[in-house]
Amino acid sequence: MGFRLEPRTSTPAWLNAALSLGAIAAALILCAGLIALSGTDVLAAYGIMFDSAFGNVYALSETLVKATPLVFTGLAVAVAFRAKFWNIGAEGQLLAGALLGCWVGGFANVPGPLAIVLMLIAGAIGGAAVALVPALLRVRLKVDDVVSSLLINSIVYYAMMALIEGPWKDPMSGYPNSPPIQDAADFPILMEGTRLHLGVVFAALAAPLVWILIRRTTLGFAINAVGENAEASAYGGIRVNRVLLTAAAISGGLAGLAGICEVGGIHYQVMGEISTGYGYTGIVIAMLARLNPLGVIPAAVFFAAVMTGAEAMSRATGVPVFLAQVIQATALITMLVALLFTAYRIRRTGGPAGVGAH
Amino acid sequence: MRGVTKVFGDVVANDAIDLVVRPGDVVGLLGENGAGKTTLMNVLFGVYQADAGEILLNGEPVRIRNSADALDRGIGMVHQHFHLAPRLSVLENLLVGLPGRAGMLDRRRALARLDEIRRDFGLWLDPQQMVLGLSIGEQQRLEIIKALYRGARLLILDEPTAVLTPTEAEGLFTAMRAMSKQGFGIVFISHKLAEVRAAATRCVILRHGKVTGAIERPAQASNRDIARLMCGRDIAPAERTPVSVGDPLLELKRVSTRAHGGAGLRDVSLTVRGGEIVGVAGVSGNGQRALADLLSGMLAATDGEIRLAGSPMRRAAPREAQRLGLGRIPEDRMKTGLVTALTVADNMILPRLCEAPFSRRGWLDKKAIRAFAEERILAFDIRCPGPEARTAMLSGGNLQKILLARELAHDPLVLLAAQPTRGLDIGATRFVHDRFLEMRGRGRGILLISEDLEELMALSDRIAVMYEGRIAGEMATSEATVERLGLLMVGASAETSERRA
Repeated sequence: MGFRLEPRTSTPAWLNAALSLGAIAAALILCAGLIALSGTDVLAAYGIMFDSAFGNVYALSETLVKATPLVFTGLAVAVAFRAKFWNIGAEGQLLAGALLGCWVGGFANVPGPLAIVLMLIAGAIGGAAVALVPALLRVRLKVDDVVSSLLINSIVYYAMMALIEGPWKDPMSGYPNSPPIQDAADFPILMEGTRLHLGVVFAALAAPLVWILIRRTTLGFAINAVGENAEASAYGGIRVNRVLLTAAAISGGLAGLAGICEVGGIHYQVMGEISTGYGYTGIVIAMLARLNPLGVIPAAVFFAAVMTGAEAMSRATGVPVFLAQVIQATALITMLVALLFTAYRIRRTGGPAGVGAH
Repeated sequence: MRGVTKVFGDVVANDAIDLVVRPGDVVGLLGENGAGKTTLMNVLFGVYQADAGEILLNGEPVRIRNSADALDRGIGMVHQHFHLAPRLSVLENLLVGLPGRAGMLDRRRALARLDEIRRDFGLWLDPQQMVLGLSIGEQQRLEIIKALYRGARLLILDEPTAVLTPTEAEGLFTAMRAMSKQGFGIVFISHKLAEVRAAATRCVILRHGKVTGAIERPAQASNRDIARLMCGRDIAPAERTPVSVGDPLLELKRVSTRAHGGAGLRDVSLTVRGGEIVGVAGVSGNGQRALADLLSGMLAATDGEIRLAGSPMRRAAPREAQRLGLGRIPEDRMKTGLVTALTVADNMILPRLCEAPFSRRGWLDKKAIRAFAEERILAFDIRCPGPEARTAMLSGGNLQKILLARELAHDPLVLLAAQPTRGLDIGATRFVHDRFLEMRGRGRGILLISEDLEELMALSDRIAVMYEGRIAGEMATSEATVERLGLLMVGASAETSERRA
């Protein structure tokens, strides 16, 4: 008697959702062991975590604010990975978007809505331009996109540091911060007493828009087809290189918007800590969402909740705040295991040959 | 094997099958795709465990736990897809997985064994040659040598000739006869009648997981009888009725290309007229890939001119080929033809993605796509759960039907078909051939690139033979014989082949 995996002929829709929730539950159960190890009541700890992420309007608003850049980087990675353009560079694209957008926002002394639109456009262009570098290197010179997009992150980061430590340095305070953007370019706050800003709405709109792009347009069709089989796509007349470059530009643009939302909604300037690895977290979120743009929202909210929740839990119970990263990493692993069950089912196998029929 | 039954989910792949192989037997295991041939052999080789029934080896009931166990008991199997390490030499591949002596490879003894195998069966490969540089036929020979090296007395060959040229297949049959004479048992899976008649001492026919017949001395049975047992119905060979030949639809004038998946084209001139099927024969790697990819728009010509219905093909692009009215069936349907991770409907419209009614201004029209796919599925009798089914789930015959349905939807002037029936069973092959003949009847042209001479001779009006990128000879099918084509395929000049054939 044993078990074996058998391929599924189809995956019911409810299963996809159930497996995602199951994966998250499994991750929380696994991490419960760690919490117990530090001598804390597991349920109480998770209770504090949940409360401080969703417990009141302010907590919820903070979670949504944290989720906003993650939605954009998650979408950026999802679009790129669908085309099998291995964009590990959302981090650098985010920074480039923030820089270019901040520069435009710095002298965009025009009425509010227009300043914001200009800043968004500049941010998207900045991110797209950086994403096009590894994409062009791959299309023209067959340079490995994983390595090049990853390394460009460091280049952009240190270019940014050089800029804000040098020519952009705040002359008043002497801190390595860029000059602030014009007041007109500040994203309006949506709710008094919170940091809930317009970028949250942009993120909530971006996910369905990207979903429509992927599902309803010829470009989305081509991105999927090229990702699944570039040779057959080319044979069918799709211009594979053009699709790859377009996907890279869209991906970089979305990552750039993540940067803009941080600049316009939170900091109103660029400084060294503008991103705490949102670009890298975006990769995990995209995987957790199984590259489905709509799935990116719950995945990003989950990550943001774990981040805010873990801080509060750490303060209240003494469980190290690193638990947030452990939960996030465990969730990715349980998700990868869960992925197996969308393609396979487990069957109990019968007795040995010759003993009898089923 | 007695009463062997194997069930996958709801499908009974093998239903109480009895099969006996005696020393010296060459058993041809015949059947359509999905008849259960490979499953049965995998049970024998220990890959699967039977759900019921038993296996007796030399009269003893045995339980074969896995393929290592099978090898220990003297059962060897050569799969359709080879299991070789490309960057190792022939000798190293022989020794992979075998215990050495005190942790060292025992090269000297291996070379001695290799010599014995050469002497006994006429099977030889240079032991130092890297597998990377071996042809498909040579790789298969290595797999057989490997099985013999490990002491197999019963050899299972899964569709061994599917990848071979006629000459290579003849060489394989000679080795099989030598083994049979020395008391080895052989089971070889096939769905080609002619070769079972040529090589088998006995043949067993499976259909829907059951044995439907066994024929002693298949050489004396008629193709028709065997085919009836395989398909459960009479399948007459496709008939070619005379058609009046029209204007040239596809013309190649002194076209050359760079090397591409084998030889590049060298100074090739070829014409396909309306109402004509022109066959292209040749040992694989002699320029067929270059010819097919050139016309598909995947490879640029370095010299020469291509015209479709009079208009020149200006650039190497799949869309250009489509625009000029060329339908294309690629050699590798899984890799080049279809995006198998997408749905059937998606694949149906792939080449017309940006055209109405499937899309307008960049927006897909899902309803139109679905309606089109439904109509095509019906028209070509594609067995699938529906337009939204994932293409990867379908059988080879159905994949080919999707490609045909898609390429013939817009009534192309010329159809380029590369190995269109490779790996298909009799029923599906017949379906493909019927579509070709129907196109020919409507005055369309077909360029049929195939390694199956029987297919070429049954369908073509003219046959051109390629050798090292050139057209080595071209003749009307009525003047072609297997011998004459075979000689041209290995590089004999046109005059020699005429004289000797």
